Order: sequence, then structure tokens, then C-alpha cells
Amino acid sequence: MELLDQISFNLQNGFDKIVASLTKDAVEKQIPPKEILSNGLIAGMNIVGEKFKNHDIFLPDVLLAARAMNGAMEVLKPLLIKEGIPIRGKVVIGSVKDDLHDIGKNLVAILLKGAGFEVIDLGNDVPAEKFISVAREENAHVIGMSALLTTTMPVMKKVVDLAKDEGLFGKIRIVIGGAPVSKEYALEIGADAYSYDGANAVETVESFFPANSQ
Amino acid sequence: MNKLLERLKNGEILIADGAIGTMLFERGLKSGECPEAMNLSRLDVLEDIARLYLDAGADIIQSNTFGGSPLKLASYSLADEAPLINRNAVSAVSRVVSGKAYVSASCGPCGQILKPYGDTDPEIVYKSFEIQMQAFFESGCDVICIETMMDLAEMLLALKAARKMAPGIPVMATMTFDATPKGFFTIMGVTIEKAACTLEEAGADVIGSNCGNGIEDMIRIAREYRKHTTLPLIIQSNAGLPVIENGELVYPESPEFMAEKAKELVDAGVSIIGGCCGTGPAHIRAIRNSISTFTECHK
Repeated sequence: MELLDQISFNLQNGFDKIVASLTKDAVEKQIPPKEILSNGLIAGMNIVGEKFKNHDIFLPDVLLAARAMNGAMEVLKPLLIKEGIPIRGKVVIGSVKDDLHDIGKNLVAILLKGAGFEVIDLGNDVPAEKFISVAREENAHVIGMSALLTTTMPVMKKVVDLAKDEGLFGKIRIVIGGAPVSKEYALEIGADAYSYDGANAVETVESFFPANSQ
Repeated sequence: MNKLLERLKNGEILIADGAIGTMLFERGLKSGECPEAMNLSRLDVLEDIARLYLDAGADIIQSNTFGGSPLKLASYSLADEAPLINRNAVSAVSRVVSGKAYVSASCGPCGQILKPYGDTDPEIVYKSFEIQMQAFFESGCDVICIETMMDLAEMLLALKAARKMAPGIPVMATMTFDATPKGFFTIMGVTIEKAACTLEEAGADVIGSNCGNGIEDMIRIAREYRKHTTLPLIIQSNAGLPVIENGELVYPESPEFMAEKAKELVDAGVSIIGGCCGTGPAHIRAIRNSISTFTECHK
């Protein structure tokens, strides 16, 4: 099996130590970091994402694969930065104010990172103003918000309204998700999109970047 | 044998209560506040809710302790108050029901993902459950309900803690499944068969499912459970999955709808029927009436 296929295979199985060591091997063999990232790590994560979407694997498998991905990125990131390889897009993500649930949001962050996006995770209990200020400072392309409580959903509307007020609407895309959230709610508050699960969140964010979605 | 388990063994169908959260919000809980913090300051509210469910005809009434494990309370800096928070809630329900219904102490997930998938040490989770279970035992609950679990490993830790710290108290163990095109799974990938076999082997007294589904999917879940266990089953269904109507979130299943469908739960072999998110005293009253009539006719 080729080295990059081995990286993908071991990543899919969540073998973090092997993935990190194979990634180092690949770097030593002068394989370009971008190629290791795209054809090894992201290739593996894409399969994990697809299987997760189809309910062939579950959260534990995704978490292990993501850990392996993050370990390998420790090796690759300095090299990618040195070579000035552009990131795929920047996403500011968080659970909205007063909402302390973050498992779903964490999963989306992991999957987005896995798909090659830069993710700024604001954690949970994030006020509407903070989504906007960080997105502005970081020149983010996307804001992703999660709510697990019906009572905290209005914060999502506030973020959309703030984005409109500050002239960011249309420049920064807003995607929302979480158990009580729906496509209808996204339409109603004027968000760009709704995602029903982690894998779909990645697809949605990818759809915002048609040019470099390869 | 414990009275509750004896009644179930004799084929009696018992009715449990409905959701607590909505009623707390209607009575002063602010968005973002810890629901269990009410157990320190608003015992009147806890009593009020228990009374409404008792009057609606519930045989089993739960304490407001779903997020009462120290690990969960830690996100509100209330971990040290855990013993008092749990004891107060169980005692409040006990005072109201005074023997007319069973007091069920609710225990929900710790809110962390356990190693090796997450970062949390199982031993820390176990210790946290021990503290909650000890408080349940001291306050004299009739039954413990470990609910909304998605990870079997966490469920087993809570079950073990209950057995150790609350000897002789029956334990009900319910998991939350998602309906997928490939069947029912918890978010951690646990099937109903796996849950049934593992929970039975671990010594749970009553097993089943709560939350995550409306009553029609819960009937399917109950039938699947029944294939794999002889233990009494408990089902606490949501009033459907929330939809938006005129900008408001509503749980679509009416008391009448759920009450009608609850008969199918009995046919599927369920012993305890209650409600979860979106259900209130009206749902419980309707289910009570429907099931009482139904079982009378089938005697």
C-alpha cells in the first residue's frame, strides 16, 4: 500500500500513533505537505465523514479519527505555514449564549478541521456580539452556531441581525444547527443555511467555497 | 421484593410523569440558569410541579436532579452543593406524594465524553455518580432512574454507583436512541439489542428509552427491546420532535394523540409509560385515563 493510503487507512481506524509516525515518514520522504494533507489525512477523514453520515460508524469512531488527524496536523502545520499554503476557509464556531451544550458543536469543529478548514472555536455560552467581533477581526468566511435549547435559539437571530447591521451579511455566511433548530428556522431568521448533522455541516460549509472545493 | 417491582411483575401498568424543564421556566427559571439551582431556593416550585403530576394521575414522580451529578453541576460552579441539591429535590417530591406515588430520583449524563474517545477519566465520572447516588439514598427515594444515556460505559458507571451507594433501591435505566434509515442507534452507536443485553446483564431492574423520539418511534423501540429482554420496560416519549409554528417552538403531539398511541406501548409489553420533552400534566392525565380504561377492558 502506498504511504498516503496507509495514512488514510490508519486514520480511518483511529490509530493516532501510527498516523503521526507515518506522517513523519512521509515528510522525510519529501512528499509535499499539501499532498500528505489532501491525499492522506483529508482523504481518510472524507471516508470517515461519509461513513458517519451513512450511520455505518458512530461518534466514537469519528472522535478517534479526529484525534489521529489532529496528531498528524501537529507534524504538518509548521510546514504548511512555512510554505504559505492557503487554508481552505476560516470558520468561527460556537454554542450560543446561555447554551452550555457543546458535544455537537465540538463534533462539527472536528469534522471541519478534518476537512481542512481553519476553525476558531469560541466554546459555549457565546454572546451574539462575540461571534461578530471575532469573525470581523479574524476575517472569517463563515460563522457556525449551535443551540441545543429552544430557549437559546433567539441568539442566532441576533447574530444574523447584527451581521446585517454591520454590513457583514453576504460577506460572512452564517450556518446554524442543533437539535431544536430547523431549515424553517434558518429561513425565518435569514441565516444562510441549516445543517442537520456534523457531516452535513461540512458539506454546507464546502458549498460556500465552490472555487477551491476540488 | 420491593413493592414497585412486585407490582410490575404482577403485570400492572404504571404511569410516570412528564417534563419538568418547561414548568421550571414558567415558574421563574431564567434561560442559562442551572435548573437544579432551584433545588436550593425554590422548594415551593418543586412541590408545585410534583403536585400537578400527582393530580394528573402519575404513579411515579421524578425529582429535579437530572443534571445533579457534581461533574454536571461544576459547569455552574455548584459541584460542592451536589449533596444538598439532590437531597432537597427528592425530599420535596416525597413531601408532596406522601406515599401516594413512588419517588423516582433522576440521574442524567455527566456532560463529558469518556476516555478513550473523549478526555474524561471514567473514575472521575464514577466518583461523581457516587456522590449523587448517596444523596438519593439518604433522602429516601423509592427508585432511581438513570436516563437519557447515550454511552453504555457511562450508563454502567452510574448503575454501579447506584448499586454501591443505594443498596436495595431499584434502578431504571433508559437510553436515548436516534431513528436512522438503518435502525435505532444512540449517538455513540449503541443498538437497542446491545443496550437490552448489557443493561440486563449489569443488573438493571427496569430498562427502556426516554427522549429523542415521538411516541410512534418509541413504540418501535419498545418492540425491539421486548425481543431482547424479559425485564420490565419503561418508555418516556417526547411529545414528538419540535417544529416551528408562528416563530414559536412547539412539540406537536397532543395529549389525546399520545394517550391513544400509549395503548400500543402496552401491547408492545411496556410496564411504565411516562413523558419527556414537550409533555405536561395534560398529557399524563390523558395517558392515565386511556391506559386505565384500556387495561380494564383487557382484564
